[in-house]
Amino acid sequence: MVTRQLEQVKVQPKEETFPGQIHETPGGGIVLSKLEDVINWARSNSLWPLTFATSCCGIEMMSVAGAKYDFSRFGFEVARATPRQADVIIIAGTIVNKMAPVLKRLYDQMADPKYVIAMGACAISGGPFFYNTYSVVKGADHVIPVDVYIAGCPPRPEALLNALITLQEKIKSGKTREQIKSGV
Amino acid sequence: MTNEELKTNITALLPSATFEEGGEWLTVLMDPKEWKPFAQQIRFDDALQCNYLFCLTCIDWKTHLTMVYHLSSTAFRHNLVVKAKMDRSIPVIETVCDIWRTAEFHEREVFELFGVTFLNHPDLRKLILTDDFEGFPLRKDFEDTVNMIRL
Repeated sequence: MVTRQLEQVKVQPKEETFPGQIHETPGGGIVLSKLEDVINWARSNSLWPLTFATSCCGIEMMSVAGAKYDFSRFGFEVARATPRQADVIIIAGTIVNKMAPVLKRLYDQMADPKYVIAMGACAISGGPFFYNTYSVVKGADHVIPVDVYIAGCPPRPEALLNALITLQEKIKSGKTREQIKSGV
Repeated sequence: MTNEELKTNITALLPSATFEEGGEWLTVLMDPKEWKPFAQQIRFDDALQCNYLFCLTCIDWKTHLTMVYHLSSTAFRHNLVVKAKMDRSIPVIETVCDIWRTAEFHEREVFELFGVTFLNHPDLRKLILTDDFEGFPLRKDFEDTVNMIRL
C-alpha cells in the first residue's frame, strides 16, 4: 500500500467517500450535497491516461500499468492511444525540440478538462545528462502547463502512483490550477 | 584471418597504407582519395570479403576530421577499421553507399552532424535535424547560444 503524503500538496484532502448523502428509500435513491463534488469525484476516479512515452520513463510507466503496481486500482485503467479519449497526459521522457510541437498538438487535441503529469528529470527540467545540448527542451512546462511533477531519474513506480493520487486529490478539491498554485 | 595476415593482404592491395598499432582490430590509415577504390577492393576481394559495414562515423579532433569505417566479413569473421583524415575546412570523401547500402543513411547523419560532404551520394540531405537547422552540432566548436551554456 502506498503511504499518502498529503502534507506535500497544498490541497486540503476531502473525504474519500462518495461526496453526498445517501438516503435509503424504497427503490433506492440518493441526495447529493453538491453536484460539482460528485462530478469531480467521478472525474478523479476515472482518469484515462494517454499512451505517451518518449524514453526510459515510459518503461517505468508500463511497469505501473502492469500487475505489480497496477494503476487500474485507482481508475487509470484505460490507457488511450488517442488524445481525443484521454484526459491526463503523463509526459514520460525527454522532450526534444522536434517533439515539442507534437506534444503541443496532442495536448491541444485532448478534451477538456485535461491534466498533465511531468514524469522524471527530463520532463521537469531537461534531464540530468543531456541538459546542456542543442536539442532538448528544458522542461515540458515550456510547452504545456503541468499539474504534477515527479522527481527522479527514472521515478520509481510508487512515485508515479503517488503523483496520480496527488492529481486525484487536486481534482477532488475542485480548484483550478491557478488557485492551487497560489495556495488559496 | 588474423590481423597479421590482413596486414599482409592490405599492404599488397594498397602499398601506401599505414597502420595504427595497439587496437584489438587492425586499423588502416589512408588518404580520403584512396578510399573508394580501396573499399571496392576489400569488399569484393575473395580473401577479404568485407561485406558488412557495421559502423560509420566521424571524429572531430579540432585540427582535422577523421572518417572511421568499421568493417567485418560475415564469411571469415575478421574485422577491420579504416580511418581517413580529412581537412576540417573542406571535408570531402567519396561515398560508399553503392558498395554497402547501410552507408546511405549513416553518411547522411555524418553530413548533418559534422558537415562532411560525400561525393556522388544519391540523396545527401539532413536525416534527423530539421531542414532549416544551421551548423554541425557534433563538431567541437559548435555553439548554440540559445540552448547551451558555456562552462
